[in-house]
Amino acid sequence: MAIAHEFEYFKPESLKEAINLAAKFGEKGRPLAGGTDLVVKINDEIEFPDAVIDLKGIDELKKLELKDGKLFIGPLVTFTELINSPVVRDKFPLLREASGTVASSGVRNRATLVGNICSAVPSLDSGTPLLVYQAEVLVKSKDGERTIPIGEWFTGPKKNALKPGEIVVGVTIDEITGKQGGCYVKLGRYRGEDLAQVGIGILSLENNEYRIAFCAVGPVAARAEKIENLLNGKELTDEIIGEAKKLVPEEISPIDDIRATGEYRMHMAEVMLVRGLKEATARLNGEGTEYGTSVI
Amino acid sequence: MKKTITLTINGELRSVDVEPNDILIYVLRDKLGVKSPKIGCERGDCGTCTILLNGEPVRSCLILAIEMDGQEITTVEGLSEDGLTPLQEKFVEHNSFQCGFCAPGMTLTATKFLEKNPHPTREEVQEAIAGNLCRCTGYKQIIEAILDVSNKLN
Repeated sequence: MAIAHEFEYFKPESLKEAINLAAKFGEKGRPLAGGTDLVVKINDEIEFPDAVIDLKGIDELKKLELKDGKLFIGPLVTFTELINSPVVRDKFPLLREASGTVASSGVRNRATLVGNICSAVPSLDSGTPLLVYQAEVLVKSKDGERTIPIGEWFTGPKKNALKPGEIVVGVTIDEITGKQGGCYVKLGRYRGEDLAQVGIGILSLENNEYRIAFCAVGPVAARAEKIENLLNGKELTDEIIGEAKKLVPEEISPIDDIRATGEYRMHMAEVMLVRGLKEATARLNGEGTEYGTSVI
Repeated sequence: MKKTITLTINGELRSVDVEPNDILIYVLRDKLGVKSPKIGCERGDCGTCTILLNGEPVRSCLILAIEMDGQEITTVEGLSEDGLTPLQEKFVEHNSFQCGFCAPGMTLTATKFLEKNPHPTREEVQEAIAGNLCRCTGYKQIIEAILDVSNKLN
């Protein structure tokens, strides 16, 4: 049985060719990388593209490298490749930890980070690490290229800042120069593959700098600036953590859905913030658990 | 628009005509006669359609058949050409499967996992097969078979 909707399939061999196709089809053209979201969306009749543009014939989009202090993640880089990369393990441990929680190994072998941010579901596991590492999204079209800070990328549930005719050509992240401790805390209905009911990515840096982002508890994954402002410059004491916890309801707006109630999400977000902050800071000081160890 | 793709399935070069909207699992089963990958959830959650694509476990329900031109696919039929593998023998010994629907996907995932991690902990086995759902056995016998064979592997 085939998908009911019919479309044309293109496999360009150069980025230029892909961009020309994106320009030609506009909103009706959909780039294909891993396909783990796109095939389901077309099959479920959520999307009706005229053209599917398979990017897998374009070698330059497979790049994953650290150069001049900047990590470049091409749109064909899978979560498995990120997890297996020594550079990601050593320099971006929070990204690796979050990548390890995406779906299951069989999906991670195909699913790409760029595909994840393009689908832009509020629960996306790659969202919070990219937000706290302050990533940028590079997009190209026939009219040229632009760089979009990740904080401006997510524009709504399943919506992003990409315009018709544009293709994401990579995500870049600046290397953290000093020490870092990260912690991605993910709440699912059970251990194993599940979407996040609540997710928090926390980066604890030298000089008491804290970067915190939530996912699955608002329309988009976003930084928690009020909590960051409260904590920045301060040692983590039980008192200050208690104050941070009180700010959680000001930062997030969780809803009731099939996976959890808003009330449960709110409660767990507070618990996870406390544990995540402590763990990230312990890891910064070389005292925490190994990355990948869940704190909930 | 129909296109003829050529791919290697279990070591054999095969050609097949596909439409852009043909999903791989259906082409494998209905046009190529490879029946071990099963149609389950059709959204990547259950793992019954798992195949090895260029050696890595992936979901054949999330792949367009047309993407497979020039690729190499292995299924349980290819794995067991010379009889049961040591892992499959342990699955039999432990009575790991009841209905068997998850067995092909589980076998491929576990085979590949053991190649990379020959002496895993129970926790690592659980994580590795988290994307292959079994509704009969509660996983206990599956995990024990994998651990059993891993203790005998060099």
